[in-house]
Amino acid sequence: MDIFGKLTIHAIPYDNAIIFSADILMAVVGLSVIAAITYFGQWKYLYNEWLTSVDHKKIGVMYIIIAFVFLLRGFVDALMMRAQQAFAGPGMSGYLPPDHFAELFTGHGTMMIFFMGMPFLIGLMNIAVPTQIGARDVAFPYLNAVSLWLTASAGMLVMASLAIGQFSEAGWTGYAPYSGIKASPGVGVDYWIWALQISGIGTTITGINFFVTIIKERAPGMTFMRMPLFTWTTLCTNILMVLAFPALTVVLALLTLDRYVGTHFFTSGGGGNQMMYVNMFWVWGHPEVYILILPAFGVFSEVVATYSNKRIFGYTSLVYATMVIALLSFTVWVHHFFTMGQDPVRNSIFAIATMVIGVPTGVKIYDWLFTMFRGRISFNLPMLWTLGFIITFTIGGMTGVMLAIPGIDFKMHNSLFLVAHFHNVLIPGMLFGLFAGYHYWFPKAFGFRLDEKWGARSFWGWLIGFYLAFMPLYVLGLMGMPRRMVTYNDPAWQPFLIVAAIGALFVLFGVISMIIQLIVSVRDREQLRDTTGDPWNGRTLEWSTSSPPADYNFAVIPTVEDRDAFAYMKEHGTAYKRPEKYNDIHMPKNTIAGFVIGGLSFFLGFALIWHIWWLAIASGLGMLATVIARGCQDDVEFVIPAAEVERIENERYRRLEEAGVA
Amino acid sequence: MTSHAASGNDVHAASNPNTLVNFGFWVYLMSDVIIFSMLFTMFVTVSTHYNGGPSGRDLFELRDVFFETMALLFSSITFGMAMLSMHARRKSQVLLWLLITFVFGALFVGLEVHEFLGLVHEGAGPWTSAFLSAFFTLVGTHGTHVTFGLIWIAVMIGQVAVKGVTAPVASRLMRLALFWHFLDIVWIAVFSTVYLSGVM
Repeated sequence: MDIFGKLTIHAIPYDNAIIFSADILMAVVGLSVIAAITYFGQWKYLYNEWLTSVDHKKIGVMYIIIAFVFLLRGFVDALMMRAQQAFAGPGMSGYLPPDHFAELFTGHGTMMIFFMGMPFLIGLMNIAVPTQIGARDVAFPYLNAVSLWLTASAGMLVMASLAIGQFSEAGWTGYAPYSGIKASPGVGVDYWIWALQISGIGTTITGINFFVTIIKERAPGMTFMRMPLFTWTTLCTNILMVLAFPALTVVLALLTLDRYVGTHFFTSGGGGNQMMYVNMFWVWGHPEVYILILPAFGVFSEVVATYSNKRIFGYTSLVYATMVIALLSFTVWVHHFFTMGQDPVRNSIFAIATMVIGVPTGVKIYDWLFTMFRGRISFNLPMLWTLGFIITFTIGGMTGVMLAIPGIDFKMHNSLFLVAHFHNVLIPGMLFGLFAGYHYWFPKAFGFRLDEKWGARSFWGWLIGFYLAFMPLYVLGLMGMPRRMVTYNDPAWQPFLIVAAIGALFVLFGVISMIIQLIVSVRDREQLRDTTGDPWNGRTLEWSTSSPPADYNFAVIPTVEDRDAFAYMKEHGTAYKRPEKYNDIHMPKNTIAGFVIGGLSFFLGFALIWHIWWLAIASGLGMLATVIARGCQDDVEFVIPAAEVERIENERYRRLEEAGVA
Repeated sequence: MTSHAASGNDVHAASNPNTLVNFGFWVYLMSDVIIFSMLFTMFVTVSTHYNGGPSGRDLFELRDVFFETMALLFSSITFGMAMLSMHARRKSQVLLWLLITFVFGALFVGLEVHEFLGLVHEGAGPWTSAFLSAFFTLVGTHGTHVTFGLIWIAVMIGQVAVKGVTAPVASRLMRLALFWHFLDIVWIAVFSTVYLSGVM
């Protein structure tokens, strides 16, 4: 059966009870979603409003839906690993075979970074940035849709690996030569390669798109030093995306050639150089850390100022700190492999560069603290996440400075101390920031706030769970326990691993509370309704629109007079002022091209993984044809007539008058 | 920003759409620069890892590479002529120069494929040594870019023939020109790093 390449019926893991039941669950969920859409007759709505949409607000929502799906999957992987290690002490073997455990830690890392963190922060960027800078859309709305659907397809490949074949066992970093064809002949590494390659190209396109948007599409009067801080961190993040993601593209492509063609880039024989893999991977990988964390820093800056009811302290220093971090992020990659064998001088240079990053980061922490100092603080959910972040992240930062000392790193690398460290920076630094942004901008995206009570429960579950789950790992690292162990023989380790597993259960409570919070909030949406578009007494332009904003965001592009543009308007009585007249608005037309390109990239990836060459060629040509067909279209905009704009705006002013603000 | 202030509130974009897309394309080219620099780094790192196989001195025929280079450089000149005709709005001249550019580009790709096949035939394929892996990948990535450039030229020949030199078509030709000249510059680096250093 050549037409199926390497694919046979044995690729379905029906002999593995755990994975097969997960497959059945996945199939049931998928089929019920399809059945529900059909039953309620929503296919047309889905097609017109979502699949073909090029509206940044809807694309942002879809990104965050992807992020939550993978947050759940990645978290289930984490729970399973914690459960395994809690019951895998001396004389015990736990409940997982080693290969399954290896798939879990590989999948957990891959999903949390590429399919939870990245879509989440790109989703927030989509929802907030165009409205923060007073624009009607991103610079390239169609490319925005292409990025989304490439990411979605790559995520589908990861999902497919659970049901057809297996996922990589080579760790989320896929170090060669272990990820090479000799050590890993299965399709697992290929799933990992193509999922990352496809989503990575989507991310590069996003980086170009938002970079151009922020440089070119700002409202009149918004100079660089008047940009909101989330826009600033997004700008730096997108510069990093454009410059760093191509490195990942290359390193994955070279590994692909090693596996498919038989080249010798990273092989043990043939003159290959495995350390080049590690170097090139981290040339992307370390900037990636800041791609993940800078947007969260931007969220914290917005949140701290808004809920302290005052201007941010040290705006200029925050801007420069962000730029310095972005710049330095390219100068420290060697600290991921101090033990490679290079000379001490080189290690020292990278060690010092690493420690220097602590300085701008410390500046930021102090700026946030001084913003709160003598502010009128309201402890809404975004503020809770921010406070949890400041304290927890500081601890993680300090263990990072410890690991930056090569002498200590020689002892601690590859141990649970490292695992504890990077979770201690990424969970508060990235995830808490994403959650803060989720609660902060949810009313902007949907028109109602999220329930505070369940939100607080979720916060405490996550925070307590975090400390219980990861502080023991620091101790275990100091006791010498390596990462990624499926079983172990030291009885002294087990109590700490049991505490860590209990911590994971607290986090589980936090995750469940978050799901309940969403359900409760949808149920009580009328009480939680945001009628003014400005539920938090916001300071930046996105709060000057309605919630959710009209398709065109701003009927009249605002003119920016000050750093906190909307706060200035409110102080000077110019907010909510009716314009003298409305004009026609040009908006981009919807298109199915993005969805088609993304969808075909799934088949391309799947075909390449399973060596189904005819399908790979067909879907590749299909993608090329779609790109060309779209590239030949001249008429990609439509007009919203002034009368229609006036009707929508009159309705908005009626609601504003009811609420008593205009 | 000034163009935006002047345009008031009636258009959705802050700046001239051409400038916007051209700027975006520039940024894309910068990301492509990273792709090539990573491949150059890889090549230089393993450029002496012959694995007992042939070296550049044994394999490269500078005479053939010279013809390749000339084909590509001439195609840049002829593309420049196409752009001049475009600015003069002379449709048939644009078509003619694009066609000539296409022929030179195709000649370049043809010579490269011929060289690759010859090497494989001699037993010096990409699987022979790390040096040859990096050689085929770096030169091949450039060749693939040129091939996509050829497809793009073909599409633009079609657009000019059907639509004439309209504003959107001219705008696309601008970006194709950027892409085509960019590949020329990359080739100069390939020629110096791979071929010249290889035979010296």
